[in-house]
Order: sequence, then C-alpha cells, then structure tokens
Amino acid sequence: MFSRDNWKEIFETIHKNKLRTFLSGFTVALGILIFVVLFGMGNGLVNTFNEFFGDDATNVLYVFPGRTTIPYKGYKSNRSIEFDNSDLADINKNFSMFVEYSTPRISRGGLVKYKNESNNYTTRAVGPAHQYAEKTIMMKGRYINEEDIKNKTKYVVIGRLVENDLFGNKNSLGEYIDVAGSAFMVIGVFQDDGGDNEERLIYMPYTTRQLIEKNNDKVDQIIVAFKPEIGYAGAMALDLSLNRFFKEKKYISPDDQNGVFIRNVADQLKQNQQFARVLQIIVAFVAFGTIIAGIIGISNIMVFVVKERTKELGIRKALGATPKSVIGSILLESVFITTISGFFGMLLGVFILNSLGEKLKDYFITNPYIDITMAISATLVLILFGAIAGYIPAKRAADIKPIEALRDE
Amino acid sequence: MIEIKDLHKSYKMGSNSLHVLKGINFSVEEGELVAIMGSSGSGKSTLLNILGMLDVLDEGSYTLDGVPIKDLNETKAAQYRNKFLGFVFQSFNLINYKSAMENVALPLYYQKVGRKERQEKALKYLEQVGLREWADHLPSELSGGQKQRVAIARAMAAEPKVLLADEPTGALDSTTSYEVMDLIQKINDAGNTILIVTHEPDIADMCKRIVHLKDGVIVEDKKITQVRASQYV
Repeated sequence: MFSRDNWKEIFETIHKNKLRTFLSGFTVALGILIFVVLFGMGNGLVNTFNEFFGDDATNVLYVFPGRTTIPYKGYKSNRSIEFDNSDLADINKNFSMFVEYSTPRISRGGLVKYKNESNNYTTRAVGPAHQYAEKTIMMKGRYINEEDIKNKTKYVVIGRLVENDLFGNKNSLGEYIDVAGSAFMVIGVFQDDGGDNEERLIYMPYTTRQLIEKNNDKVDQIIVAFKPEIGYAGAMALDLSLNRFFKEKKYISPDDQNGVFIRNVADQLKQNQQFARVLQIIVAFVAFGTIIAGIIGISNIMVFVVKERTKELGIRKALGATPKSVIGSILLESVFITTISGFFGMLLGVFILNSLGEKLKDYFITNPYIDITMAISATLVLILFGAIAGYIPAKRAADIKPIEALRDE
Repeated sequence: MIEIKDLHKSYKMGSNSLHVLKGINFSVEEGELVAIMGSSGSGKSTLLNILGMLDVLDEGSYTLDGVPIKDLNETKAAQYRNKFLGFVFQSFNLINYKSAMENVALPLYYQKVGRKERQEKALKYLEQVGLREWADHLPSELSGGQKQRVAIARAMAAEPKVLLADEPTGALDSTTSYEVMDLIQKINDAGNTILIVTHEPDIADMCKRIVHLKDGVIVEDKKITQVRASQYV
C-alpha cells in the first residue's frame, strides 16, 4: 500500500487535480489556522487577566485591629485594640496546621534623604515572609532575613523607583540613607509587578522599627498566609477561628463586628478563578466549534471528491482495481493533503501568534500563545476525521458495481 | 473459452421485476470474433456486462477459461477482470487527466508491473494502434477514433484472454468505425478472442459469427463469412 509506485500514482493524481487539492487543503489549513489563532488569543486574554490579579499572593489573610463598639467583660466600648509580638507568636503556635507563614507589617511615612536628594516614602517594617505575601522580586542584594529580625539591624530594602529617585544611575547597595532621622544601610533593591506605588516602598525589619519607637512591641497588622492545600473552605474556616481567637484574647464581645477585621483574599481568589475558568470555557467552546466546522468542511469536500471521481473509479475497477486499492488511494491522497496543509496552517497560526506578542495589549490580549501539544493534537484530530469522512464515501464508491459507476455521468 | 448455461438475469424496478435474460446457452471458442446483435432492450449489453463480471448473474453458470465464475466478491472479480478481460466501451472511458500512455499503462499498474516495464509495454501497444506519437497527449486532445484506439490499446495491454467491446463504434462516424474494426480484426487475426455488442449490421458482418438476441433469448446463432474492414479504409 505504501510502495513508491502508489505514491507516484497519488502525486500524479494530486498534481493533475489542482482545484480539488486546493479545496481540501485550504479547508484544513484555514480550520487549523483559525483554531490556533483563536485559542492563542484566548490564552492571551487569560494572560492579561492574570497580570491584573496575579500581583499579590492569593492565599493571604490580612488581620487589622479595630475599635470596640460593645462593652464586654468590664471593658468599656470604644476601646482601641492593639496587636503586639505575642499575637504573632500565638498565631504560629495555635494555627501551625493551617499557616504557611505569617508576618507583621508596621507602615510609617517619612522623609528619606541621601546626600542632596530627598523625598517622602512609605516605610514598611516587616518580617522575612513579607516577601512572599507581596511577591516582591529582588533585583539585587537580598531581602530582610531572620538574623536582621533578631539583631534589629538598621538595614533597608528599597524599591526600584526609590533607588532611581535618590541614587540616579549609581549603585545603592552598601550606601547609607537617612530614614526619618536615623541612618540605614541599603542591602537590597526590589521590583514589583504591582505598579509604581509598590516600587516606591522601603522595607526594614519590624524589630528595628519597634526599637526606634521606644523599644515597644506593637504591630499594625498581621499578614497570615494559609497553606494552599486547605482550599477555599479551609481558608474560610481559618478566617472564622482567627476571628474567634482574637476576640477572646483581646476581650472583645463575640457580637462586636469592629474589634478586629480580617480581609480574606481567598474570597476574591475564588471569584477571580471563576472568571478565569469562564474565560477558558468560552475559549475552549469557540475552539471546539472551529474544529467541528473544519471537520464538516473536509467531510463535504471528501463527499464531493468521491462523487466527482465515481466514473473514474468505475473505469479503474473495470481495469482491475480492487476495492481495497480504490479506498486506499482515496484515503492516502486525502490524508496526504490534509497532513501537509494542516501542519502548514498550524505553523502559520503559531507564527502569527508569536509575531503578535504585546501588540494587542490595548485589547486585553497579552502574549497570545498555544501549547504546541494542543496545536498538534488539534491538527491530528482534523486529519483523522478527514480520513474517516473520506473513508465512508470511498467505501461506498468501492462497493458500487463498476457497471453503475460507469453509467454515472 | 467462454461457456454459459441457462443464464437468467432480472432487474428490480421498485416493486416490479424486469426479466432481461431468460435462459441463455452460449459458448465461445478461442480465437473467435463474435458479434452480439439485437434491438435495444434485447439484453445484449446485460449479457456482455455479465460476461465481463461487471454485473452478476441470477441463475445459471458461467465458466471462463475453465474457471467457474460464481460468488465472486469485488476483490476477486477485480482480479479476474484484470487477468482475463479487456474492455472497450462506447464512450471510451479514458481517464481524462492521464495521458494516452498513462491510460494504456493503468491495467498493468493493477497487475503490479514495474513502472519502466509498464511504460515500455504501453508504448508498444500504442505503436500497434498507430498512436506512438500521441503518447503524451491527453484524451481531450485526441479525436474520437484516436480515443477508441487508445482504449483498445489499453484493453490489449493487460494481454487478456477475451476482449469485450460494448458498441465500440457507436460514437464514431462510419470511416472511423471501419478503421477501428480493421484494428479489431487484426487483433483477432493474431489469435485473440473478441466479443462485440453492436446494433449496426455492417459492423456485425465484419465478425465471424453473429448471435441475435431478442427479448432475452438467442433467436439466431450463425457463422458468417467475414467482411474485411481494410477494403473500406
């Protein structure tokens, strides 16, 4: 079936029936091309989406102290709640099953000076784990570590734009800057996908901040990251038990909604994931439709091709062509054409996607791409269905008595 | 060479059944040139199609070169057609996108003859029908007579036991018809067995035996003195 002679016969048939070859080739190439481009665009949409919402870690709870509104256990209402280092330790002790990491955050504003340059920046005093919560990316140097916390070192990690503002093109590592009156050494420079504001932050060890502020142990807020495997339900449960824990520890009435606040990103995360899933379903639906349309197209053409060739097939059978050789030559021809044009359409589609890159960013499509396995499987599916669609009419043609096929005009 | 006993064939037309051949007994020896005559509807083409294994019989027996032809599946029928039979049709039935030579070589392709040998043989048979120089032309570039001669070359290329011709001159003018008949007579002179279906008496007279069919039965079967076509060419 695959001898050189058969191929020669098939090439001749293809070569001498250009319209037919073109039609089936064009259908398949176009089908795959549209599939690849659409699917890639869909992925581009998802990319844009992830860029919008994927800046910070999504497995994070923010715990803020508030002000009580209900008198409780001898305490009057309108009492300010404060967090301190013991709360941090308690969280790590009592919730270690669920908590991946936790970090305090103490935010202060202040004038920052280096030589003649100065500007106002927000300073965040944090623990080492804060890097994961904010997805801070280090450009050079290092982030704050446990040693810094223990030794209350006067080190800072500055944002890319802080370095730009104060140092210009100079290297800031190892230089000393003045933060609200005390000198800090720059040990690292970071970038953040969250935008310019995030890159105008300065991080320092929270223990250093506490030392400066009369050696207290107060904490503004606590960021708690839960283990992703506990899932949405686990996160909601953790949210509840943290709430209960703090209300009990800080003597807040269980009915008081304002003593302590917990902002739960898991809630947002769920919505975001649902949105992304809907996008993906739409993309998959459209792509599936394109493939179906391609299959219908190639089936129609195969029916037409066999119909057009009925008489020729009759002649061939009268001259001694067996049904097997008739079916074989039709199938081989169609598979050959669809394979060549299918992969041509696929490569063209991939090329178009690659050349688009960021050009469609205004239309919310970033870096459209298609998984190459996906593209190849789609092409193979179309080839397979082209073959099946060709087989049915070919089989029918092969089963027609030659005398009837010859009568066909 | 050909032996037919009590052959019946009917066609279903909706709920009616049309009895076309009603008990044909007929045999052909090697080297004969037989004309099958009859008005349209007499069953002559049906008979030829059954002889050619293009159609199947309902009742009776058919033996070709000592091989009983019955219960053939399409694959077997195709192999027998290829081995035993050559066809010439009224409407030539050349494949329109293949050159004369490729058309002649086609039965050899199905005999699994090598490409080189196919081409040599095809050219040899085209030479015999006088169309050597037209080998590379497409059927659309040939006249009717030329097309039929290519078709005859194609039928001969497989070196069949029997050549079956269904109205081979039906689409040709009389001069061209005689040319084609001259060719057929020469092939017959070389010892080939040939059956021709025709309704033209002058063509039938150029054969060696005439079988008359009427309403599905043989009404006359006689040997005649052959009129040579060469005198008209």
